Order: sequence, then C-alpha cells, then structure tokens
Amino acid sequence: MLTKLLKDDRGGMVFLIILSLVAVLVPLLNIFVPESNPLHVSTYTITLLGKYLAFALLALAVDLVWGYLGILSLGHGAFFALGGYAMGMYLMLQIGDRGVYGNADLPDFMVFLNWTEVPWFWSGFNHFWFAMIMVMFVPGLLAFIFGVLAFRSRVTGVYLSIITQALTYALMLAFFRNEMGFGGNNGLTDFKDILGFSLQADSTRIVLFIITAIALGLGYLSCRAIVVSRLGKVAVAIRDAEDRVRFTGYRVDRVKLAIFTFSAVLAGIAGALYVPQVGIINPGEFSPLRSIELVVWVAIGGRATLYGAVVGALLVNYSKTFLTAAAPEMWIFVLGAMFVLVTLYLPNGIVGLIPKRGAKA
Amino acid sequence: MKALNNLRNFARRDKVFDFVDKPTNRAVDTSHGHILYVEDVTVSFDGFKAINDLNFYIEVGELRCMIGPNGAGKTTMMDIITGKTRPDKGSVFFGQNIDLLKMDEPEISQMGIGRKFQKPTVFEFHTVFENLELSIAGDKDVWSVFTAKLSSEQLDRIADVLTTIGLTENAYQRAGALSHGQKQWLEIGMLLMQNPKLLLVDEPVAGMTHQEMDRTAELLTSLAGEHSVVVVEHDMDFVRSIANKVTVLHQGSVLAEGTMDEVQNNQKVIEVYLGE
Ligand SMILES: Nc1ncnc2c1ncn2[C@@H]1O[C@H](COP(=O)(O)OP(=O)(O)OP(=O)(O)O)[C@@H](O)[C@H]1O
Ligand SMILES: [Mg+2]
Repeated sequence: MLTKLLKDDRGGMVFLIILSLVAVLVPLLNIFVPESNPLHVSTYTITLLGKYLAFALLALAVDLVWGYLGILSLGHGAFFALGGYAMGMYLMLQIGDRGVYGNADLPDFMVFLNWTEVPWFWSGFNHFWFAMIMVMFVPGLLAFIFGVLAFRSRVTGVYLSIITQALTYALMLAFFRNEMGFGGNNGLTDFKDILGFSLQADSTRIVLFIITAIALGLGYLSCRAIVVSRLGKVAVAIRDAEDRVRFTGYRVDRVKLAIFTFSAVLAGIAGALYVPQVGIINPGEFSPLRSIELVVWVAIGGRATLYGAVVGALLVNYSKTFLTAAAPEMWIFVLGAMFVLVTLYLPNGIVGLIPKRGAKA
Repeated sequence: MKALNNLRNFARRDKVFDFVDKPTNRAVDTSHGHILYVEDVTVSFDGFKAINDLNFYIEVGELRCMIGPNGAGKTTMMDIITGKTRPDKGSVFFGQNIDLLKMDEPEISQMGIGRKFQKPTVFEFHTVFENLELSIAGDKDVWSVFTAKLSSEQLDRIADVLTTIGLTENAYQRAGALSHGQKQWLEIGMLLMQNPKLLLVDEPVAGMTHQEMDRTAELLTSLAGEHSVVVVEHDMDFVRSIANKVTVLHQGSVLAEGTMDEVQNNQKVIEVYLGE
C-alpha cells in the first residue's frame, strides 16, 4: 500500500522520512538534552514547529485543488478557520469557571455580552468527539454547498477565485460581529486545557506537535492516494481540458465537488491542530489576504507535487517568523517579492529546482 | 386528486420509477435503421441563426461526410447533438427512443456518442496510455473512478486501440509531445475506448500530411459499419476518398445531400461553395 502510494514519488518519500525523524527527534531533544546544550529544542520552538506543520497540512489541501484540479481557491483560509473555531469552541467550554468572570456555564465573552445561556449552536461542543466531528463536518459542508452551487453552474477560472474570496470575506465580516456568538473581534482565546491536559504543559505541547506531524503525514498519504488513482488523473485532465473530460462521460462537477470537499476537510483539520498550539482563533483567519497567502506558499514551494506545498509553507512561514521579529513592516513586501520572483523565474517553484531522476519523457 | 393520480402512477407495476429508468440504462433502439434523427433544429446566437431549421438522419453503420463553408454551422450542429448547446427548437433523437435534448454531455457520452473536437483536444499532461485509460467505457461516478483498476481485458483493449491508431511506440510519451496529426489520432482512439455507437469527428485531417490523411481515411472507413460515423471536413480530396453520402450545410441548414458526384454537380452547391 505505502510502496504503491510512493512509487515515483522520491520527493514525497524524502519528505515523509524527514517528517518522521523530526517527529521523533525533536521531542527527544527537548526532553533529554539539557537546556544549556545548544542542541536542546525549547518547547517554544516545538510549538512553533507544530504551527508550521499545521500550515503545511493546509498547504497540501490547497495544492490538491489548485495543483491537480486547477481550482485556484482563494478561500481556503475559511475552511481552516472554521475547523479552528470548532476546536476553539470545545476548548472554550473546557475553561469552565476559570475565566475572568468565573462563570462555570458561560464563556467570558458571553458573560460580557450579558447573555444568560450558551446559544444552541454551541451545544455538543463540550464533548471532544462532537467537536472533532464538527471540525471536519462544518468546513466539509460549506465546501459541499459552495461546490454544488459553483460547479453545477460551471463557474471556473478567475470568477471562481473571486467568489471564493467573497466567501471568506463574508465569513470574516460575520465572525467579527458579537451577535454571531463566536467572540467577535477577539475570537476565542484563553484556553486552559484539552481533554484534561493543560495546554501550558510541556508534555501537552509535545504531544500536540507529534499529533500534528502524524496528521500531516497521513494527510500527505491520503492526498497521494487520490492523486495516483484514476480519479487523480481525471482531476488533472479537468485542469487541462475540462470539456474533453465532460465529453468522455465524466461528471466534472461531481469530481470537483468530491475533491474540493475533501480538501476543505483537510483544511479544517489543519485549523483544529493550529488553534490549541497558538492558543487563539479570531476572525483575522478569514481575511482574504490570509487565503491569498496560502496560495503564495504553494506557488513558492511548487504546484502539483504535494511535497512542494509543504516545503513552501514551511519556508515562507519560517521567513515570516524570522522577519516579523526583525522588521515587521517589511513582511508583506518580501512575500510579494518572493511570489513575483518565483512566478517569473521558477514556474515549478522551489522543488522544481531539484533535478528529476528517471522522469517520464 | 392530483396526489391520488401521483400515487396511482407511483404504484403502477408496469413502469419503473423515473430515477431508476435513467436514459443511460436504456438501450438505444435503432430498429428502423437510423441512429440519429435531427429534425427542425434552430439555434440562434444573439439573433443570428447559426442553425436554421436543420434536418438530417444518419443510418446505422453509415459513414457520412458533412461539408460546408466556414460558419455554416457544422461545429454548432455537433455541439447540439452532444449536449453542449441547447437548440431553441427542434428535436434530436438517438435511435428512436432517446431524446438527446433532455441529457447533458456526460450522459450523452455514456449513451454512446463520442466526439472529436475541431481543435484536437487530448490530455496533454498524461501519457498516451493514460489518455486511453481515462477514456475507458464504464462506471464513471467518483467512487468507481477512485477505486478503478485496469483489468486484463481493458489492458488488451488499450493495446488494440494503440495499434489501430498507430501509437503503440508512443504509449508512454506525454500526449503533449505528440505531433498535431498524432494528437488527432489519439483523440479518435479516445473515442474508440468509449465504445461509441456514433462518432462525430470534426475536421480530423486538419494539419495532416498526405500520408497521414490516407491513414486517417483508412481508419475512418474501417470504423464505419460497426460504428456510425459523421465526419466534418473541409478537405475535398479527403471527403471524396471516404464518402458515400455527403451532406452540404449552408447558413445552418442542409443545402444538398447525395453522393459526392451528385453534390458536386448540384447548381446551388456550386454557387455557394464549390464554385467559389
Ligand atoms: N457560442 C457562440 N456564440 C455566438 N456565435 C456563435 C457561437 N458558436 C458559433 N457561433 C457562430 O455560429 C456560426 C456557425 O459556427 P460553426 O462553428 O458551427 O461553423 P463551422 O461550420 O463549424 O465553421 P468552420 O468550418 O469554420 O469550423 C458562426 O458564424 C459562428 O460565429
Ligand atoms: Mg467548425
């Protein structure tokens, strides 16, 4: 099974090996190497890495629809944020009476709004399993409904990209509103623990990091499973000659719908892994610019390779962390410049620089 | 009352439910000898009638050539048959029983109508082999496609088609790397993989050398009989080399129909087309 998925995928193999090594070594270096030693990896770094890995999973989701299916989604940030909010709602309800207002039934922001009870759509989120289902279900459902409307009526290209932007923008405006019941401007934050484990504890952070690494690995393999199947070939065919696919007897709208929905679910999972590690989710995640940034990661890393998306996400986010510390106002220009340079000189992204051995003619 | 009627209809034993009776589950009925009926079809784009009261019939196993000057409506006619364009009026039947105007492109393709585009369209990124694999007839819903594996019969079928279209040597080449003529053949091969009953072939020899044209003529004539084939072509020599029956389109309707000789001697045809 594994060998079949990774056949002809040297890059993917290398990536998975490195990922496994990192998932094992980084925690070891944290636990067993004393802090004075330069090889010690701080818990702060681990959480930072965990965040990058969650972004990498999101980038995979974007590459699946953009690189293979040809849908330039500029709204994947919305699916990520929805997954994040679903997780955040669970974490919020775990705070209990440890909030500022000490109200055992209501999250702080609801107390602040003088609400007397938790709105109906928060019910169930005190159960971890329910929240995890919602992490996948809510983004999946939104993508499904969006897809039915957009793909049936054959909206493609720039128009489709624009409505994905509109989608995430509309959600941002909605989530900014206090009456929506998702914490408005401030979003959801001040989380205390997950499944009874303190989010501040080193061990919890390490476990979250490992889980994120595993999720990324599995996400990669599941995307690979789609890509190597005939469905994946149909996807590429749709990207290159949609009409031909239709006249060959495939329901293009359903293929798009299935892959787009799957991708949104992946993005949702990425969001859910991100939130407990960074400790906050707010409407900023829905901002149109955020979604555009994701596409830039994939473009920089290299489209339609999957591992390229991972490389792009890691690289860009590392530079971002580095640069926003050094010169925050420069970041947006650096990002723009990277994008322009890559589009002009590296159409296949950074991974396109790696010479292909035994490449098919 | 209406509800009761609905209930009665629902309970009828001699009929299957509509959702079970998908057109694609029905076999095409050609007992009257015709595979395609195009009757009184009109299409206008912004008031301009691209197809104007078009009528013609294609027999089972026939090889029909359609000619006509640029803009005569030949491609639009194929768009209508394959579900890409909806006519303003008229009817298009596949056999006696299947109303093509009620179906969309994938359904029509699944029914057994294959179409080659005027501009050769293959999946450039995929290999020749993969192009044929993707065109295999069969279940094309998402899950079946995701889990699809090539059976040995299917592999044989691909090998056969590769031989037929002369691309065996190029099987593992990217389709994008093929010559123009080879792409045309590959596209015909892709149609063959779908086991169509009717092939609509739009300008198959555009951009081909004389040798290639001869081979294409051979290929298309060999397909007739088992399949019904409609060929749209501008190249008169080519048409003469394959046609029994020729339909001349002009301004969206049939100007003349008959053997190549009859058509060539038809006064109206000479005026608008051949004599130009
Ligand atoms: N979608 C469309 N919108 C507007 N006009 C169209 C459309 N499709 C076709 N036409 C017009 O309808 C007429 C018939 O076009 P069609 O492509 O069917 O001609 P044709 O016989 O295939 O010509 P050619 O030999 O050049 O391929 C042309 O005048 C064309 O401009
Ligand atoms: Mg044409």
